[in-house]
Amino acid sequence: MTSPYTLLVEPFIEFGFMRRALVACLALGLGSAPIGTLLVLRRMSLVGDAMAHALLPGAAIGFALAGFSLVAMGGGGFVAALLVALLAGWVSEVTAQREDASFAAFYLIALAAGVMIVSTHGSPVDLMHVLFGSILAVDDAALLLVASVTSATLLALALLYRPLVVECFDPGFLRTVGGFGTAMHFGFLVLVVLNLVAGFQALGTLMAVGLMMLPATAARFWAHEVWSLAAAAALIAMLSGTFGLLLSYHLNLPSGPAIVLLAGAFYIVSLLFGRRDSLLLRALARQPALHKHRVA
Amino acid sequence: MRRRPVLHALLLGVLAWVSGMAHAAEPAPRPLQIVASFSILGDMAREIAGDAAQVSTLVGPDSDAHVYAPSPADARRLAQADLVLINGLGFEGWMERLVRSSATRARVLTVSQGVMPRRLDGAADPHAWQSLANAKQYIDNIRAALVRARPTQAPAIDARAAAYRQRIDALDTAAQARYAAIPSEQRRVITTHDAFGYFGEAFKITFIAPQRWSTEAEPSAADVARVIRQIKAQKARALFIENMTDRRLLDRIAQETGVLVGGTLYADALSAPGTAGDTYLRMVAHNVEAIAGALEAAVPVASLTQKK
Repeated sequence: MTSPYTLLVEPFIEFGFMRRALVACLALGLGSAPIGTLLVLRRMSLVGDAMAHALLPGAAIGFALAGFSLVAMGGGGFVAALLVALLAGWVSEVTAQREDASFAAFYLIALAAGVMIVSTHGSPVDLMHVLFGSILAVDDAALLLVASVTSATLLALALLYRPLVVECFDPGFLRTVGGFGTAMHFGFLVLVVLNLVAGFQALGTLMAVGLMMLPATAARFWAHEVWSLAAAAALIAMLSGTFGLLLSYHLNLPSGPAIVLLAGAFYIVSLLFGRRDSLLLRALARQPALHKHRVA
Repeated sequence: MRRRPVLHALLLGVLAWVSGMAHAAEPAPRPLQIVASFSILGDMAREIAGDAAQVSTLVGPDSDAHVYAPSPADARRLAQADLVLINGLGFEGWMERLVRSSATRARVLTVSQGVMPRRLDGAADPHAWQSLANAKQYIDNIRAALVRARPTQAPAIDARAAAYRQRIDALDTAAQARYAAIPSEQRRVITTHDAFGYFGEAFKITFIAPQRWSTEAEPSAADVARVIRQIKAQKARALFIENMTDRRLLDRIAQETGVLVGGTLYADALSAPGTAGDTYLRMVAHNVEAIAGALEAAVPVASLTQKK
């Protein structure tokens, strides 16, 4: 009765909503995990979180105007998050305040404004759904959006791979050789926001950041080059999505948290037993006998 | 001690004199003070009593009598009431204590008297007003109590009660005609409401509760899968799920099964004044149309099987 087929395949054969959720998870993982990798490399791991909160007032205004409308909420969230990013970048350029501080200030303002808008125009229950979304309710429009954003992301990454990587490790370099760096930085922020908007339509804001950042942080314990880090992160994200859905199906768990917690489990396992720099390897390296054995 | 009867006689005499004076001053007696436990009974009492009574309700429109918490003001209104209307059948469990603690001398009328109760989870199903036949029983009970309290106004009360009964009959006829157009095997509805047992019996509609569906928690993939399987297996045609904040999930289920997601049903209370269910008759008419409309508009089963 519990053959691998019934455990792993049958849910997706029997139910259309499971197939849609699976496709959305795979596409989301494919696009946003590489973006997460670049965020980690740029030491901007928390920016994804800040951006996801900065989405809220825009999404809330879209919701207040048009209800659960993909275009209104997605567009509003996109504009609001970009605005926060631009303002934060501008403040750090014209004053001595560092970007993380101005980012924190603007995203907190945006978050509070979002909560204010949602609670004056809708019930608090709706806010929860804006924040958490439901991967089980992905409709055609949301699926198209996720797929387009992922395609655009992969295309942009392929075209801008080299400058993006250079920007990661030496942010000043591009600026000195041609003033190209600011545009690159902005283009990258647009990609981050696009992926968060796509993710928040499917999973909700908090979950979208989870699927973006957790696989990227876990990938560090398996790969070293930028491309292999991105590939490992995408793989982990897609595995988390697939098996998170199956856990939700078989064990009767809410799907969004199941997916993100599984990504979290991947991180913990990678941290403990990963191929590179994991706690296990460090412990082994510290024991002289084993160390000698390994060297020999 | 021996002077007591004399005193009583004297007091009674004074009282008779005073009330006689009052009678002379204003020919109509003081309006009867009626307190109804919830909005539906309040509406019925107003229809029947007209200007013979002032009716107030404890649990107002859009409020849930199951979880109502009485306020001191409610106790005071009860204390000053002449007649208290309760549904009974265990609907207002809090009412008995409230009546006792208010020390009211009002007559407490259980308006569901004489109704044949259905069973719900091993106890009597209190939602008897959802059947129009029962509503006529409610009206007879209220009418009798009003006439007893105000015998002089009996003709007007009787006339209003008769007219109200006629309107209920007319609505019943219209509703039966509405459902006659829908084949009885297609009258299958999945709903989280547990209030429509009597309604279903009256119009031959099968109401099915979704198994283990929580309206509060975020649903899991397993929950959604179970409901979809159930809809397919039990050939439900329409879905009325209460308190589902995320409409998108219901739409997903509807797309996958061909059921139609229905709108709001009013179960335990009238809606706010000026909205679709602000009187008992309008509430029933709204529910009849909402359910009939959803059943009619649902994708015919034949075309669904062709598509798959």
